[in-house]
Amino acid sequence: MSAPGVVESFVKLGGESIRVWEKGAGEALGVFAGLGGLNAWTPFLDELAKRRRVVVPSLPGFPGGGQLHRQLDNLADWVACTLDLLEAAGLDGAELVGHSIGGTLAAEAGAFSRASVKKLTLIAPFGLFDESEPVADVWARRVNEIPALFSAKPAEFAKERLTPPAGLSPEAATEWAIVQNRATEAAARLLWPVGELGLAKRLHRISCPVKLVWGAEDRVVPPSYAKKFASGLAGPTETRIVPGAGHALDFDAPGTAIG
Amino acid sequence: MKLLWFHLMPYTDLPDDFTKKHPSVWVDIDSRLFEPAKAHAMYNDFMDELEFAAEIGFDGVCVNEHHQNAYGLMPSPNIIAASLARRTRDAAIVVMGNSLALYNPPMRVAEEFAMLDCISGGRLVAGFPVGTPMDTCFAYGQNPSQLRERYFEAHDLILKSWTTPDTFAWNGRFNKQRYVNPWPRPLQKPHPPIWIPGGGSVETWHWCAEMDYVYAYLSYFGYKLGQATMQGFWDEMERLGKDKNPFRAGFLQFVGVAETHKEALELYREPAEYFYNRCLHVDARYANPAGYSSEATIRARVASQVVAAANKATDAIAYGPPTFEEMVDKGYVIIGSPDEVADKLREVAINMNVGQLMLLLQFGNMNKETAFYNTELFAKRVAPQLKGLFEDKWENLWWPKPLPREERSNPRPVVVR
Repeated sequence: MSAPGVVESFVKLGGESIRVWEKGAGEALGVFAGLGGLNAWTPFLDELAKRRRVVVPSLPGFPGGGQLHRQLDNLADWVACTLDLLEAAGLDGAELVGHSIGGTLAAEAGAFSRASVKKLTLIAPFGLFDESEPVADVWARRVNEIPALFSAKPAEFAKERLTPPAGLSPEAATEWAIVQNRATEAAARLLWPVGELGLAKRLHRISCPVKLVWGAEDRVVPPSYAKKFASGLAGPTETRIVPGAGHALDFDAPGTAIG
Repeated sequence: MKLLWFHLMPYTDLPDDFTKKHPSVWVDIDSRLFEPAKAHAMYNDFMDELEFAAEIGFDGVCVNEHHQNAYGLMPSPNIIAASLARRTRDAAIVVMGNSLALYNPPMRVAEEFAMLDCISGGRLVAGFPVGTPMDTCFAYGQNPSQLRERYFEAHDLILKSWTTPDTFAWNGRFNKQRYVNPWPRPLQKPHPPIWIPGGGSVETWHWCAEMDYVYAYLSYFGYKLGQATMQGFWDEMERLGKDKNPFRAGFLQFVGVAETHKEALELYREPAEYFYNRCLHVDARYANPAGYSSEATIRARVASQVVAAANKATDAIAYGPPTFEEMVDKGYVIIGSPDEVADKLREVAINMNVGQLMLLLQFGNMNKETAFYNTELFAKRVAPQLKGLFEDKWENLWWPKPLPREERSNPRPVVVR
């Protein structure tokens, strides 16, 4: 489902076709989406595309990302795949925005390969774990708990992000649900069970400028984690806490200035 | 037909208001409800019951593995099985089984099952379950997206280790071992019979057919719902060109026998209600993490056992618990006089074409006296009516082949001085 002005293309990785969306003009700005991935172009991306050429490669197992996650067994596999994806999408050495799990992979790319990112914006990334203030378990949830866990606007979030588009056939609605389920599985494949992969030991390797953005009402990764990230990073950091937004900051506050 | 006595080993002393005050019997159940001194009595009662079942003539005794729960107190069924290997003589010891992906390295299972097979003189049935999501993904932190891949690799490694006489190197996707060479090795050759407990996924049926393993459908919800699943299983066997040998299939059924139907209703009401309400009170949060069920299974809309149980638990909270009458009507439990139970079980076994019938004769908070009564009535007055079923036409190729009795060691009796 593309939107006006969005160009959709595909790159081959591990035998799978991976979707890349692109819109806007100017210097490339890569975007890695968060948990659930993207079924449709969003107002948040439109906002970014006003000033930059926004390039959105799908992450393995997320919508548009095929079954690539099934080939990835450990962090080394995920990082190598992320670096491959950046190169294939023409984003090697570009500025990168990573949201949630997308932030984790963007940060890991920067830690393992300094040259792969010029500048990072991390929106509520997973990657650290503080027992006194644990990251939420996003998988052990009843369906009706999900909207309020992720969004400060739960009713709208449920309708727009968690419900199949109107008019789908029963078969298409089942496939839609399977794609959503696959995205949840792909996130589990990397982050299960607590979302911590040793990033704390590598944060110092991220030397580019990093902007940390958090929804003040994030109930998945607490906003206090912004400080924990900032204190471990080597380069200059800037932190912005966005009022009225939850973990799904792109949905709750699409006008947030990024980059 | 084989009649097997299956113990889940439930914690029998959950409070009456358990389902109201506690969200889940599994994973994060309040540990303050666990009283070790009571568990001492429970374990010993349960082991007495298993030993009694073996002694009174059941073909096999079954144990299984669960973690962080009051539904079943056997994180390690092998510990119970080791004791049974010494305290029983002829019964098959059916470990249903070890959740392969949880062992690091999985060779632990190859070794312990080989120990059990040697100690018991070749009476082991090796059960290889994937394990419930509560046990594997939540209690043990296993990745739901890798669970089945790890399970299959562990299976391949164990099987190779049992059947390859030379030390070999294993360079698996998840397991690396430079030297694989289990000591001891199983007594049964090429290896003990392998049974796969399952909840109704098409892939598991295919796999059982491909490997020629027993598929054991461990349902909590009785023969009426089980019928559809077993029909699916046999349709699939036919499609794959497999014969209809009933010993390919196992099925689990709750049973309560008494002198009369009326007495059975009185006797088994409380333990059945305890099981279906308290023991199955699984929080839906833990029932089906993404990746646990394959996409093919989701597409086929074969709801997993666990999801069914969790939905039951949710329903129970929303609409009030199922009554005992409903459990009986729906066939969750088969109760009645010995003749009634025998007639019903014969019908169930024939309709489902199941040759390995596993019976839960202790369930919920049933006390030892009642469990013995149920077990004895079944052995003396139900079992004789079922013996021999299927055996005129089919050979049970999936039953242990122990050493002849005279070649088996006799444990020294316990002497208390």
